[in-house]
Amino acid sequence: MSPRNLLKVGVLCATLLISFLAFAQNKVITGKVNDAKDGSGLSGITVAAKGTTIATQTGNDGTFSISVPNDVKVLVFSSIGFLTQEVSLEGKTSLSIALVVNNTSLGEVVVVAYGTRRKGDLTGAVTSVTAKDFQKGSINSSEQLLVGKVAGLQVTSGGGSAGGGSTIRIRGGASLNASNDPLIVIDGVPVEGNGIPGSANLLNTINPNDIESISVLKDASATALYGSRASNGVLIITTKKGAAGKVKFTYNTQLSLGAITDKVDVLNGDQIRKIINDYSAETGSTVYKNLLGTANTDWQDEIYRKAFGFDNSISASGAVKNVPFRASLGYLTQDGILKTDHFNRLSATLNVSPKFLDNHLSVNLSLKASQTKNTFADGGAVGAAASFDPTQDIRSNNKYGGYFEWLDAAGKPIGTNGGSSQPNPISLLEFRDNRSTVNRIIGNIQVDYKLHFFPDLHVLLNLGLDKTKGSGNDKIDSLLVTNANTGGRYSYYQQKKTNMLFDAQLFYTKDIKSINSKVDVLVGHSYQDFYTNVFNYGSVNQKGDTISTSIPTLRTDKPQNRLESYLGRVNFTYNNKYLLTASVRRDASSRFSPDNRIGYYPAVALAWKIKDEFFAASNLVSELKLRLGWGQTGNQDGIDNYAYLPRYSPSYDNAQYQFGNAYYHFYRPAPYDVNIKWETTTTSNIGLDFAFLNGRISGSVDGYFKKTKNLLAVVDVAPGSNFNISLLTNVGNLENKGLEFVLNTVPVKNQVLSWDFGFNVTYNETKVTNLTKRDDPNFPGFDVGRIAGGTGNYIGKIAVGYAPYVFYVKKQVYDSEGKPIDGLYEDIDRNGVADDKYLYKKPAPDVLLGINSQVIYKKWNFGVAFHGSFGNYLYNNYHAGNAVLNAIKDPGLFIRNAPASYLETGFNNQQYFSDYYIENASFLRWDNINIGYNLGTITKQNIRARLTASIQNVAVFTKYKGLDPENSSVNGIDNNIYPRPRIYSLGINLDF
Amino acid sequence: MINKLINRFLLLAVVAFLVQSCAKKLDLFPQNDLTPDKAYANASGYKSVLAKIYGSLASGGNGGNGSDPGGNPDISGGLDEGSQIAFIRPFFNCQELPTDEAMCGWNDQTIKDYHSLKWTPADPFLKGMYARPIWNITLINEYLRESTDEKLAGRGITGTDADDIKKSRAEVRFLRAFNYWIMLDLFGKSTFITEDNLVGTDLPTEISRTNLFTYIETELKAIENEMPAVKTAVYGRVDQGALWALLARLYLNAQVYTGTAKWNEAVTYAKKVIDGGYQLIQTPVGAYSGYAQVFMADNDKHRNEIIFTVECDGLTLKSYGNTTFFVNAASGADKADFFQGGASGWTGYVATKGLADRFTDLTGNTDKRAMFTTSLYGTSNLTIPSLEQDILFGGGLHIRKYVNKRSDGLDVRDVSQRTFADIDFPVFRLSEMYLIYAEAVLRGGTTGNAATALTYVNLVRTRAYGGSASGNITAGELTLQFILDERARELYWEGHRRTDLIRYGQLTTNAYIWPWKGGVSSGTAVDSKYNLFPIPASVLSSNPNLTQNAGYN
Repeated sequence: MSPRNLLKVGVLCATLLISFLAFAQNKVITGKVNDAKDGSGLSGITVAAKGTTIATQTGNDGTFSISVPNDVKVLVFSSIGFLTQEVSLEGKTSLSIALVVNNTSLGEVVVVAYGTRRKGDLTGAVTSVTAKDFQKGSINSSEQLLVGKVAGLQVTSGGGSAGGGSTIRIRGGASLNASNDPLIVIDGVPVEGNGIPGSANLLNTINPNDIESISVLKDASATALYGSRASNGVLIITTKKGAAGKVKFTYNTQLSLGAITDKVDVLNGDQIRKIINDYSAETGSTVYKNLLGTANTDWQDEIYRKAFGFDNSISASGAVKNVPFRASLGYLTQDGILKTDHFNRLSATLNVSPKFLDNHLSVNLSLKASQTKNTFADGGAVGAAASFDPTQDIRSNNKYGGYFEWLDAAGKPIGTNGGSSQPNPISLLEFRDNRSTVNRIIGNIQVDYKLHFFPDLHVLLNLGLDKTKGSGNDKIDSLLVTNANTGGRYSYYQQKKTNMLFDAQLFYTKDIKSINSKVDVLVGHSYQDFYTNVFNYGSVNQKGDTISTSIPTLRTDKPQNRLESYLGRVNFTYNNKYLLTASVRRDASSRFSPDNRIGYYPAVALAWKIKDEFFAASNLVSELKLRLGWGQTGNQDGIDNYAYLPRYSPSYDNAQYQFGNAYYHFYRPAPYDVNIKWETTTTSNIGLDFAFLNGRISGSVDGYFKKTKNLLAVVDVAPGSNFNISLLTNVGNLENKGLEFVLNTVPVKNQVLSWDFGFNVTYNETKVTNLTKRDDPNFPGFDVGRIAGGTGNYIGKIAVGYAPYVFYVKKQVYDSEGKPIDGLYEDIDRNGVADDKYLYKKPAPDVLLGINSQVIYKKWNFGVAFHGSFGNYLYNNYHAGNAVLNAIKDPGLFIRNAPASYLETGFNNQQYFSDYYIENASFLRWDNINIGYNLGTITKQNIRARLTASIQNVAVFTKYKGLDPENSSVNGIDNNIYPRPRIYSLGINLDF
Repeated sequence: MINKLINRFLLLAVVAFLVQSCAKKLDLFPQNDLTPDKAYANASGYKSVLAKIYGSLASGGNGGNGSDPGGNPDISGGLDEGSQIAFIRPFFNCQELPTDEAMCGWNDQTIKDYHSLKWTPADPFLKGMYARPIWNITLINEYLRESTDEKLAGRGITGTDADDIKKSRAEVRFLRAFNYWIMLDLFGKSTFITEDNLVGTDLPTEISRTNLFTYIETELKAIENEMPAVKTAVYGRVDQGALWALLARLYLNAQVYTGTAKWNEAVTYAKKVIDGGYQLIQTPVGAYSGYAQVFMADNDKHRNEIIFTVECDGLTLKSYGNTTFFVNAASGADKADFFQGGASGWTGYVATKGLADRFTDLTGNTDKRAMFTTSLYGTSNLTIPSLEQDILFGGGLHIRKYVNKRSDGLDVRDVSQRTFADIDFPVFRLSEMYLIYAEAVLRGGTTGNAATALTYVNLVRTRAYGGSASGNITAGELTLQFILDERARELYWEGHRRTDLIRYGQLTTNAYIWPWKGGVSSGTAVDSKYNLFPIPASVLSSNPNLTQNAGYN
């Protein structure tokens, strides 16, 4: 969003605020709301006149005063955590109300697919995390709010870069070659999952401070209404809305400081000197000895810094002239710990929800706009610092900016392709200026109309727009050795995405008292269009001359896909004990051929409130509900927009053939599968929700079984049968099964002290069950997981009977002291040749764990959170490639540093496929410690203040030898991630 | 009233939303990619497909956006674009690495199995080698289907455009035969598809070695008179010269391929090429001998000697799998001898002492073809200490045959980076035809004579010795083994050695042992099954119509 647009939003907000005017009322009701348990006054309770939008909130002592029209007969008292109470006025003007704590929060409303449902009435596996339970501390991107909070949900950040992205997995992956990312729905608009150039993470365009709740839809009965995009689960992000009542302001500010926790354990200058000198003494060769420097430089110290972050947001919410609204502005500036890395976000939201026509017509206008600015540090510096020769000084007298560089006798950088294969890590940061701007606006208008002549029926129109523009300038200075030969390289890029949504839905709700039943029905139509506009540009050098080889053949590209859907759902409740949900969606996708594009996704779920059946009067059992669900969902993300069409693509300029004196670009046919279609996942889920002792102990157990068929896999096809030997096609099956257990307890709860303790555990197992169209028990599977080192080397396999990306390695032989022997492997099949590989371990965890605890003591609160992952392994590619003598004395005639593990192995050569490098990367991470102090009212203007302090990334417990065991690489290859900083933050929260 | 109106309007709107069909809106087409009716809409579209048919021998893909050619491979399947799915480099690996002419020092997957003569059906390099010719043939078949008279007429293509396309049909049939010859030679049989096999529906069948030989022979003879006359094709395209050269090579190896020798035919077709007007380059330019110029960046000039080249171009036809590979893989810190520019060599490929022993003088002072001595690596350290040693670049014979510099001293095409080579890859050269003639005569071909054979061999030798007759041999010295050795000297690193050693029964047997043959330093014989490569396991499992070669099951 341009500053001008921001200004417009600001002016609009201001206008709404200024036009706040009182209006005439007829009677005044006063009173006090108390806690039913101890009689203390309750503040912040919403008091609303039923049938109107008039509402207020109780003050600090629990008292309230509200003016209502004379015809108002009932007041509604509600607040999160308490059972809602309706009180008849019947001529009273003063009331005393006692609210009962709703420990089980069964009455909480949870956002589900195309609607909301009371938590107690849920039939599917849905977990909703609300603002009060989000991860605390300095959180830049919304998905990070969920880390460790939900059973079956794994959120793994790619590293510690400012504004960086994460991998999100719900109940393991259901696919191999198509996407495994969940569908993300923001305020009713399913958004584009794929990124845009210039953005490390599209979810960072949403300010976490604006998020009210995130619903995690896990099983098919919960997700099937999203049809062909639902197999990987759904995250529904709901932003905060205005509530009726006086306009309230909230201001949050947070200052944070991030610092590196640990460095890659590498050798120092003296150690490298000894290794090279020993080598020289042994062989008589002085080639490398002559390259040695005299310094002891710690390159990692040189590239990292303390990172400051400053996050501010202000919001106003309430009602103006009976129109509820919420408006917010946010500004975040965040340094990365890698020098030059920076992320900056300006965000604004506006939500207006007026009602018209005797409240029959409600309109909800929601607008979220943001501008993020990234300065990307060259991530290559992380690896370069770990492997740059520590014997060299930082600076050197050369024409490459004065930083030491490896140069040949002619003074040219040593390296392939005219660049340097070992650039100085500091110059990588110093001489590259890579900035981007991403503007995003998500807006939708929902018009909900309750028919006057038939009030059981209401109509909802939802028109949504998600527009993103990413652009950037990547300036590589001519002083940087990697691009010295072209005289620097300045590249501009730009891409735009537009996603439009047209939804129309009919809702019908009816209490059929005669048969003690309640029914609600949804019928809908949805049309969504995803359009991308790609612009390609050539690069120029620092003098402004176009670099000839960079001129793109194709200036633009406009990939597009559309989805047209019908959907229907029936919720049926009998006797308030038996609940049935049945739904179906019909999707038609432009990605498939006309004969093939329609798919149906049915789901059905049953819930039985056992508590009400057998323990209705029990004090011990507060909730007991059994859920059974079954459904089919699809997955089409990751399929090319035009994969079913035969088509030829023109070649780039560097692929032409000369006939005579003329050059001709190539036309090349692409492989195609006219029958390609979505993957189908069938999920069964059984769950039990329970709560005991008035909710002091609560939780749930869920078991699931997911079977994906028509798996989109890139498989080998007979050479000569298509224009490739492998093709993305529907073949094969994959299974996921797992168990989730959630337990929340309140061991202590009294007036001064309350203590919450909860944890969630997930067990998940993923197995490939078939990969070939034709039954072939000898089929060895596909190679996956290309490693750094050599050409075309893979470390993993997709193989039948194993978890995806199982490692495929040689069995290391160790000497009597347990030291691995260089190049010696076990001859597994005993055929005399020790070249066998075997399938060993896998990158995905067996068990996920999340632990949360919170203590509230008087005005203090104190919390900790942990998350862990067990049974996950990593291939330590960095050690495999670098902890060897032949990497230290690089054949390109320069010296490199090695990880300290070289001293353990003493390997001469890279042993890329040794299982020695497959390491157990199980870990438990102490995510944060947070402390809060509620100052209460601090001024006469009723400003309430709260102070918070937190430490994030407190500690990691692991056996893994690399820098960080938590790695988002799907194939489990660790090449040194951007280190995750430890972040200390201080915050103030003001309400007025 | 207002309520009623709103009610009606909204209901109408909702019903319209719910009922309207968007079926048509779901037919979307790409902006840049062309559906076949658009790709073949005019003559220039045909030219672009023809360019791909030729170019598929030079590059593994459609090029990349920017300077790097990668990222856009024709063939995926987990294979590497440069080293596994291009044509020249994988073909070189198959023909040279199993022999005394080349060893690779890298730890790339199974690359070391080649020199050890112990490859398996699971070899990824072989998977790519099998895929490339068949991919080319699949495209050629498509071109033949799309270039019939009816299709051209239907698209309104007439006149000289139509004539040129019709002529190109013979050329692509030649290229199809050439691609099938590669299958015949390496795998001993092939997946068999012609223009009658449609893409996406048919499961291809297998053709036996004998039948494939006959098919290639029949095809070549069928199009002989439809091809442009010898030495008339424009640069980059083929004519009768290439067709005769392929037939000569096919007949020379007929006994291996079918069990029936065809020496007379080999002599006849070699002679046809020789009489076609080709000449060896004799004139040295500066420091570069006539021979050296055949492998330089401006070798496109030498169409008198080179009968068929695969074009490579540092600017417009970049690949890590074409002659760029020869220049880089063979060079290390001595890169300045190979090319100018900032890139360093890849320090990967050397020849064994076996090749060195074919030469009496490794300095290049007498036999100019001994292009070994470099500024950094001498010719004395010919022992390769260890097969497992990553950096064997300290030993072996360093080959400096392909040099990405121009003999005329001008700059190469890509003046800014000089990363990729301009050297065209010679597939057929006149020297090979001289040597085929001589060998076939010596082996009993009666369509030629021994005196001419000796003359031809000495033409090759005289040029090799810089125009001096000092290297010439006598009739008595012209033996079959001499010809094999002479082929090594003249044609090393041009993709002939494996085929030659098989024809002489020396690849797997102990008739000839070179260092590290069979994976041991002293060299050893191996199972005769290694005279053929196995059908890759993935190919077998994707096509049940195919069978494995003997010994590999």
